[in-house]
Amino acid sequence: MTGTLLKLNGLTKAYPGVVANNNVSFEIGKGEVHALLGENGAGKSTLVKMIYGLVKPNSGSMVMNGEDYAPVKPSAARQAGVAMVFQHFSLFDALNVAENIALGMENPPKMRDLAARIKEVSETYGLPLDPFRTVGDLSAGERQRVEIIRCLLQDPKLLIMDEPTSVLTPQEVDILFETLRKLSAEGTAILYISHKLEEIRTLCDNATILRLGEVVGDCVPRETTARDMAEMMVGSKLHVPERTGGDIGPVLLELNDLSVASPAEFGTALKGISMEVRSGEILGIGGVAGNGQDELLGALSGELLTKAGTIVLEGDDVSQMGPVGRRKLGLLTAPEERLGHAAAPDMSLIENAVLTGSVREGLEKNGFLKWGKARNFAETIIEKFDVRTPGPGNAARSLSGGNLQKFVIGREVLQRPDVLVVNQPTWGVDAAAAADIRQSLLDLAAAGAAIICISQDLDELMEISDHFAALNEGRLSDIRPSKGLTVDEIGLMMGGAHGMEVAHV
Amino acid sequence: MIKLEKRPQPSKAWTYLTPLLAVALTMVVGGALFAGLGKDPVVAIKTIFWEPLFSEFAFYYRPQLLVKGAPLVLIAIGLSLGFRAGIWNIGAEGQYIMGAIIGAGVGLAFYPMEAFYIFPLMVIAGAFGGWIWAMIPAFLKVRFGTNEILVSLMLVYVAEQLLASASLGLLRNPDGHGFPGSRNLRDYASAHNGDLIANTGMHWGVVAALIAVIFAYVLLNRHMLGFHIRLTGEAPRAAKFAGVNPSRLILICLGASGALAGVAGLFEVSGPAGQVSIDFNVGYGFTAIIVAFLGRLHPVGILLAGALMALTYIGGEIAQSKLGLPAAAIQLFQGMLLFFLLTVDVLTNFRIRLAKREVA
Repeated sequence: MTGTLLKLNGLTKAYPGVVANNNVSFEIGKGEVHALLGENGAGKSTLVKMIYGLVKPNSGSMVMNGEDYAPVKPSAARQAGVAMVFQHFSLFDALNVAENIALGMENPPKMRDLAARIKEVSETYGLPLDPFRTVGDLSAGERQRVEIIRCLLQDPKLLIMDEPTSVLTPQEVDILFETLRKLSAEGTAILYISHKLEEIRTLCDNATILRLGEVVGDCVPRETTARDMAEMMVGSKLHVPERTGGDIGPVLLELNDLSVASPAEFGTALKGISMEVRSGEILGIGGVAGNGQDELLGALSGELLTKAGTIVLEGDDVSQMGPVGRRKLGLLTAPEERLGHAAAPDMSLIENAVLTGSVREGLEKNGFLKWGKARNFAETIIEKFDVRTPGPGNAARSLSGGNLQKFVIGREVLQRPDVLVVNQPTWGVDAAAAADIRQSLLDLAAAGAAIICISQDLDELMEISDHFAALNEGRLSDIRPSKGLTVDEIGLMMGGAHGMEVAHV
Repeated sequence: MIKLEKRPQPSKAWTYLTPLLAVALTMVVGGALFAGLGKDPVVAIKTIFWEPLFSEFAFYYRPQLLVKGAPLVLIAIGLSLGFRAGIWNIGAEGQYIMGAIIGAGVGLAFYPMEAFYIFPLMVIAGAFGGWIWAMIPAFLKVRFGTNEILVSLMLVYVAEQLLASASLGLLRNPDGHGFPGSRNLRDYASAHNGDLIANTGMHWGVVAALIAVIFAYVLLNRHMLGFHIRLTGEAPRAAKFAGVNPSRLILICLGASGALAGVAGLFEVSGPAGQVSIDFNVGYGFTAIIVAFLGRLHPVGILLAGALMALTYIGGEIAQSKLGLPAAAIQLFQGMLLFFLLTVDVLTNFRIRLAKREVA
C-alpha cells in the first residue's frame, strides 16, 4: 500500500460547447480504493474514458508507475494494467461464461484451460461462477461477476468500476465489497465511481469530488459525513424534502392478482400482483432493474391491457381502458425513459405538454388543439418546476436530463392526479433537482393523491415512501411500512442474494 | 478531416434551405450529365426550367403545369400523412389506377344519360377505388403484421393487369372498332372533367389539390389526429403512451392516401387522359413520393415541390424534342433531385465541422 500508481496532471477534455474535464489532477496509490464522486454530468465518465484509452485528452498528462502513460486505445490501457467494468454489461446471452470471456481476449487459450483459470480466479476472490453456464440464465449480480472475472484474468493493477452497485441487492453489494477489499489488500488499486455516498463511506480510502468537470475537493470518506460530501458535489446547501404528513384516506387504486406477459422479447412477465394504494399515501416499489418495473408501469398507464377486474380505480374497473380514458379518470403516469417514451425528443415542450395534458387541461376542443392554452400550460410547468430552457418552443431533446425530468414530472403533477405512478423519477437527475422532484411528490400526496413510486434508488424510497414493497422476477413482495425496515430486510424482499453464494474469503 | 456533429435541435433555416440546395446541386450535376451527352448544359437546364414558363410557347405549357402538377400534389399530400407517421404507402400508383378504373366505370355505366350527379358520383367512386386498394395492405398489416411497403408495391402490378384487362374487356369502347380503351369521356359531357376556365388547365383536380393542401395543413397543425400522426412518426412509444391506437392510425393514413390517389386517377381519366387505356398510368404515383419528400412532407412544401416536378416533366419533354435528350436522362435528372435532397438533409440535424486531428 505504498507509492503512487497513477498520477493525473491537469487533464482537460473539451467537447464543442462544453468542457467535460478542466485541469483535473489527482493521484491513486497502489492498492488504494479511490472514489470518484460527482453528479451526473460532472465529468466522471469522460475522465475514466481517458484513463481507459477511449477518449484522448486535449491537454494534460498521466503517469503510471513513474512512466508516461497515454493509451491510444483500450487494448493499450489493458496492456498497461488498467481494466474496467462498465455499468452496462457487454455479454452475449446465448453464450456461456467461458465463451463470453474468450470473446474479449486477444489470444484466448483453449476453452478447457480458460475454464480452469476462470474457476481458479473466481474461487480465489470469492466470486463462485460456473464457466459453463449460459449467461442468459444468470442474474444481474452474476453477470457482473463475469465482467469482473474477465478483468481479473488480465491481472490488473488498476480496476475501474462504473456504478457497480446499481444492479445489485444489498446482499449482493456486500459480496462485491468483500471481493474489492481482498483485491485492494493484494495491491490492486480500484477507482470506484458512484454517487451513492454511504457505499463510498464504507468502502473507499479516499475520494475525489468532481463538479462541472473540475476537481472541487477531496476527502477521506470515513471521516466525512454523507451530507458534507453531497454538498461538495452539488456546491450548495442541500434542501432535504420534508413531509407535512397528510392523512391517509380511502383506497384509490387497487390491483387484484394482476398477471400479464411482457410485450418485450426479454421482458419480465408480471405474476399475480395485488396491492392497494390510499389517498395521501406514497407506496415505494423497489427492486433491481428488469424485474418487471417497465411492465408494471405499462399496465398502470394503459399501454398494456390486462384481464378485467385486475385494476380498479376508485371503484371503476380500468383494466381494459387505454391511456386517455385512465387520464380522464385521474390515473396519471410518468415512465422511466424520458426521451422517446415520456416525451417526443424532436417536438417542442408545448407539443410535449399536449402529449399527456390534452384531456385534463382542456387543450383540445372537438379534436382541434388550442395551442395558446397548451403554451400556457407548458409555461406553467416550466415556471413551477424550475425547468431551465430558453422557452417552451424548444425541442425536448435540447434539455438536460434533469430538466426534462422536471418537465415530465411537473406535467403530470400539475394535472392534479388522483393517482400518480412514477418510474425512476430522479434517475440521472442532479441532487438539487432530485430533491425538488421528491418534494413535489410529497406535496401531492399531502394534498390527497395516492402515489406509486417505482425506483431502484433505495435511499429515495426510504426518504419519501410510507409503505415499501419490492419487485422480484415479476412478483411483488409483501407490502410493509417503510419506517423501521432494515437494509437486510429490504434486501431479502428484493430477492436476497438471488441464490448467489456468499464470498468465502 | 470532416466531422458531423449533431445539432441540439433541428435547424429551422436548413429545413427550408436544403430543398433549394438540392435543386441547385441537381442543376450542376444534371448539367454535367447533359454535357457528357454532348449537349450544351446551360441550354439544357434553361430549356427544362425556363422554357415552359417564359418562352414563346409558354401559353401552351403553362396550363400543362397545372395538369401535371395537380395529380402529383394530390397524391403526395395523401402520402405525406402516412410518411409522417412512419406508414409507408409505396403503392399510390396502383391506387391511382384503381380510382380511375372504378370512377370511370361508374361514369360509363350511366352512358349516354346526362345528369348533374354523374360526375360527383364518379369522384366518390374514384376515391372508393383508391381507398379499397389501400385497405388491402392496411388490413394485412393490422391483422397479420405484414409489411405495407411490399404489399402496396406489389398491388401496383396487380392494378396494372386489371387496367389492361379493363381496357381490353369490360370497359372497352363498343363503338371503338375493336381498339383497346374505353369510350372517351371528353365526348360525354356529364362525365367530363374539363377546364373550368377555358385553356387554363384549371380542372376539378387542381381545385381538389388546393383543397387537400389546406385540409392537410389544418389537420397537421391544428387537429389532434394530425398531432398523433406526427407524434407516431417522431416517437412511436411516446405516441402509445399518449394513447394513440397504432392500428387505427394505419387504417386512417393508408385509407386517406389511397382515396386521394384514387380521386387523382379519376380526375386524370375523366379530363386530361380522357379514357381508360392500357398505358393510362404514367408514374404519377411514384413521382409523388419524390414530391412528398422534396416538399419536406409539409403541405405547402408539397405544393411548391409539385409545381417544380411538373416543371421538370414538361421541361424534360421539351428538352427531349428540341435537344434530342434521351428520356432516360430526364428521368435520371428527376431522380437526382430526390437523391440530393436526402443527401443534404443531413444538414438539418447535423453541422459540418472541419476538425483538426485530435491531439494524442
